[in-house]
Amino acid sequence: MAMLAAVRRRELDVQRYPMAVVILTPLTAIFLQAYVPHYVAKFDLIDLPLLVVIYFSVGWRNPIAGTITGALVGLIEDALTSRPLGINGIAKCVVGFCAGSLGVKIDVENPGARLLINFAFSLLNIFIYLFVLHRMLALHLQTNWVQEIIKAVINAIVGVFVFDVLDRIRRRE
Amino acid sequence: MDSFLSGYKNLLVLVGVLLAQVIGLAMQIRRPNPAAPDVPPVRLIRLWAVGLFSPPEEFLQGAGRGLRSAWANYLDLRGARRENRQLQEQIARLRLEQAALLEDARQGQRLQQLLAFKEHYVYRTVPAQIIGTSGTDQSRVLYIDKGSADGLRPDMAVITPDGIVGKLKDVFPHTAQVLEISDQTSGTGILLEETRLRGVLRGNALGQPQVINMLPDERVKPGERVITSGGDQIFPRGLAVGVVDRVAPDAQNPPFMDILVKPAANLGHLEELLIITQTSDRMPAEDRRDLAQSEAAGVAAERQQRASDILAERLPGIGDPNPNAAGGAADSQAVSLTGVVAPPPQPPPPLHTDRYSPDATPPAADLIPGKPFTVMPVPLAGDAGSRGTAGAKPKPQSGADAPGARAAKPAGESKDASGGPAARPLDRPANRPAKAPANGAAQ
Repeated sequence: MAMLAAVRRRELDVQRYPMAVVILTPLTAIFLQAYVPHYVAKFDLIDLPLLVVIYFSVGWRNPIAGTITGALVGLIEDALTSRPLGINGIAKCVVGFCAGSLGVKIDVENPGARLLINFAFSLLNIFIYLFVLHRMLALHLQTNWVQEIIKAVINAIVGVFVFDVLDRIRRRE
Repeated sequence: MDSFLSGYKNLLVLVGVLLAQVIGLAMQIRRPNPAAPDVPPVRLIRLWAVGLFSPPEEFLQGAGRGLRSAWANYLDLRGARRENRQLQEQIARLRLEQAALLEDARQGQRLQQLLAFKEHYVYRTVPAQIIGTSGTDQSRVLYIDKGSADGLRPDMAVITPDGIVGKLKDVFPHTAQVLEISDQTSGTGILLEETRLRGVLRGNALGQPQVINMLPDERVKPGERVITSGGDQIFPRGLAVGVVDRVAPDAQNPPFMDILVKPAANLGHLEELLIITQTSDRMPAEDRRDLAQSEAAGVAAERQQRASDILAERLPGIGDPNPNAAGGAADSQAVSLTGVVAPPPQPPPPLHTDRYSPDATPPAADLIPGKPFTVMPVPLAGDAGSRGTAGAKPKPQSGADAPGARAAKPAGESKDASGGPAARPLDRPANRPAKAPANGAAQ
């Protein structure tokens, strides 16, 4: 009975976005992520593509859509770096899957819940990224965990505002 | 089976996507193949991604540059004339400095030739604008608006006039990727200028370049300059890298230490870069021309200096030739303030008459060959009162000029107090006896 209620709620609350928004929003996030740090040095502490992946995955409440969105966005990000393709792809793919799975169970409209899930998924993304880098690719690079946690906090706070902006775009559509 | 697939559909999709990416990663991280070319091929997805994002970045960059250029070239020209003058003066000063260093440089080159060392000059560079970044602090990468169509190739050195920036990694037709020296996967051969220690520079987790795997050395101090060693075959030797910021023990690899370096180029605010497309063991023609101009300027400056020295020797000094002379200080002050050369100061008035004083020598008709003459006392201007009349009571000279001393030596062998030959009076013939009159009134 409980499962049936969850399925019904999922069917009712699934957010639907126009295709143009679905395509252009991640691309714009990646573009800003690549362009703005040239002028604002600390902008690279924010991970806009990750926030967009979390937003769409949670809104769709569909783990498969979240997985594919995360994988594509991560691969494009990887393509712009000097590292092998797939590091961000794997990390964001897992985050998209988890966000899609979690969206069925929690209220994603609440700012407090958004703050928490953004923080948790930012940490998860960093953890998987570093796992791939260190364990799978055996790249012995230094990691500053304090900085990574600060990044997760910043992403969580910025994510609340980014989600609000994306909500307005959705309502306008 | 259908129920299994539908029940675990989400998980299966996740596993499938992950597996595909892991296989893709494994294909990229292969063992190096000696037969394969050094430069890895550019992945298609990388080419597409760069092709997708570079045009809007270039457009925005170009628009911003146009606005800045319009402001700088047409509206904000205040002070341009003054700045131009300052720059001209700076160029002139640098030319003289370069001329001064030229001889040392030539000597260094001669020694290098003796050692069969081949110097690599930066022969040709391509300027480029930065249009974007990788967007993550995990990968310190910049994108520039020049690519293989402009003659760029992977592993070319990227610099600014201040210092090195990085090297080209992937090169696309109209864009290229610059791996900064602050990236953790970069590696630059460096040399500490004073201690001559060699090492490898790479970025740390915070994006600051550091020299890794250095054994502890107390000589390394903050502030020491770091230059390229040329050992990486990418950067020519001697380019500025930065200065030592601090030295810290490497916690992960004891007993090594990390030397944190403050980059000479401001990596956080880069606008324009230079890519070294060609190095040569010969100096570029433009540099040679500059050097010749500097040399000519140096020679001219040296000649001018010599001429002024000669003039200073020939002309009476204007500094302090006669401190007792009235108005001497005022004259020198006038020279220093107005820059106009004052007339040479007059010699000081004599304290007493001597044989060189005008009208002190008797007329030639009164002189008898072989007989000493007496100096005629002449009243001096202003020589009255307490001094009395010098000519009336002439004082005998002391030392070498005293009559007795002079009489002991022949005329040509007399020496002054400093040991040099005494100057022979011009108005006395060489065969004239140098012996002064016995009455002590010779001078």
